[in-house]
Amino acid sequence: MAIKGRREPAPGLLSRLDALARAAFPAGSTALMMVASAAPVGLPSALPAVALACVFFWSLFRPAAMSPPICFAIGLLQDLLGFAPLGIGILTMLVVHGLALRLRRPLARQSFLTVWLAFAGFAAGAALLGYVLQAALNARLPPVMPGVVSWALSTGFYPAIAALLTRLHKAMQRAEDLA
Amino acid sequence: MIRLSIPLRQALSRLSLPVLVALAFGTMLIGKADTLLVDRARMALADTLAPIYAVVAEPVNALRNGVQEARMLWAMREENARLREENDRLHRWQAAALSLEAENTLLRRQLSVIPEAPWSLRTARVVADAGGTYARAVLLALAPGVEIRKGQVALDERGLAGRVTEVGSRSARVLLVTDMNSRIPVTLEGSRARAIMAGTNGDHPRLQHWPEGTRPKEGERVVTSAEASVFPAGLPVGVVRWTEGGTAEVELFARLDRLDMLRIFDFGLTGILPPESVARPEPRGKR
Repeated sequence: MAIKGRREPAPGLLSRLDALARAAFPAGSTALMMVASAAPVGLPSALPAVALACVFFWSLFRPAAMSPPICFAIGLLQDLLGFAPLGIGILTMLVVHGLALRLRRPLARQSFLTVWLAFAGFAAGAALLGYVLQAALNARLPPVMPGVVSWALSTGFYPAIAALLTRLHKAMQRAEDLA
Repeated sequence: MIRLSIPLRQALSRLSLPVLVALAFGTMLIGKADTLLVDRARMALADTLAPIYAVVAEPVNALRNGVQEARMLWAMREENARLREENDRLHRWQAAALSLEAENTLLRRQLSVIPEAPWSLRTARVVADAGGTYARAVLLALAPGVEIRKGQVALDERGLAGRVTEVGSRSARVLLVTDMNSRIPVTLEGSRARAIMAGTNGDHPRLQHWPEGTRPKEGERVVTSAEASVFPAGLPVGVVRWTEGGTAEVELFARLDRLDMLRIFDFGLTGILPPESVARPEPRGKR
């Protein structure tokens, strides 16, 4: 017995555009924030901090919109905007994405403080990875201080970035619930 | 879109991360192997972003200028307070100076002091170091028609520099006080003792012939003496420095190693000059 009914109407152009925009938003906003943070305005460059925080946040809360290729592109953008050897940013982003995806189930339900602490751990790992890769690629030990500063910047910037992204994420969820 | 079976799609998505990680290592190798390519990519990105940054920089610069302006205004406020306070202090000093001047005039009148001749001055640019007979001398460029005579006194903006020794129609040579041939009568300002400052070709001329019992003190100011009527009394020369070897030297106020302009003073003095100058004194120019 076949239940006859009307088929669900095909999604219209507007709603499809809407969905596309939502899907592209995390990557686009991340790229935009990175470009903005790389602007020469005389502040210390928060570029790696912004990239790391965005990739971590979206991997954790909206992994569908932050796929490995996008992480690769963001890492490449970071490497090209900065002056570190090419590839370090890419690898860091991919590793952070993969680990965040692994830890997604336990972490996503935790309080903000726990997530922040976890992010501090991620940032430390990223700084360490960057240090090791730089040492390997330049065949000499780089100074330790920039790594520490980058870790502190990442950890310090995260609450502000996360607050902004959380609001956007909530707004998108509401829009998805309505649709 | 190509329709893929669900297991295949899952496998693909699971595979994408390792593949991309491998690709990242590949990028590293490329970055290591072909730095030119990486630089070109960086520059292309920077070229694309430069106009955006230029637009973004406008409001940022405006903000920064505003902040700077505000800071400057604040600094100006503080400076104003400081200047007002300083002005008050200077006013008090002016009153003191005026009363001292009045007292001085009064005393001079009572003592019938012979007034010193009025002086005039020319400023000339230093165009060359040394040359000529002396080791430490400078050449001045003069405009034609500028009257400068031998024996006039040259000062830079800080203190005594030397004396004019040769005059041409467009140039004049000044023998600096550091030259070995220079002997300047000086007064030690603290003890009023007379001495001779003799050049050594070094940076610091030596003090000689001070009276028995009045040893020049370290840091004492040295000024010219009017003895021999070559210099007027009281032109600033330098301060006394004792070397480790136990000679008294003068640390000059004038910076003789970087002379730009010299002021040539005519004090109307005809002291020890070569015979022809004394025999035929030139008329002094008008002030």
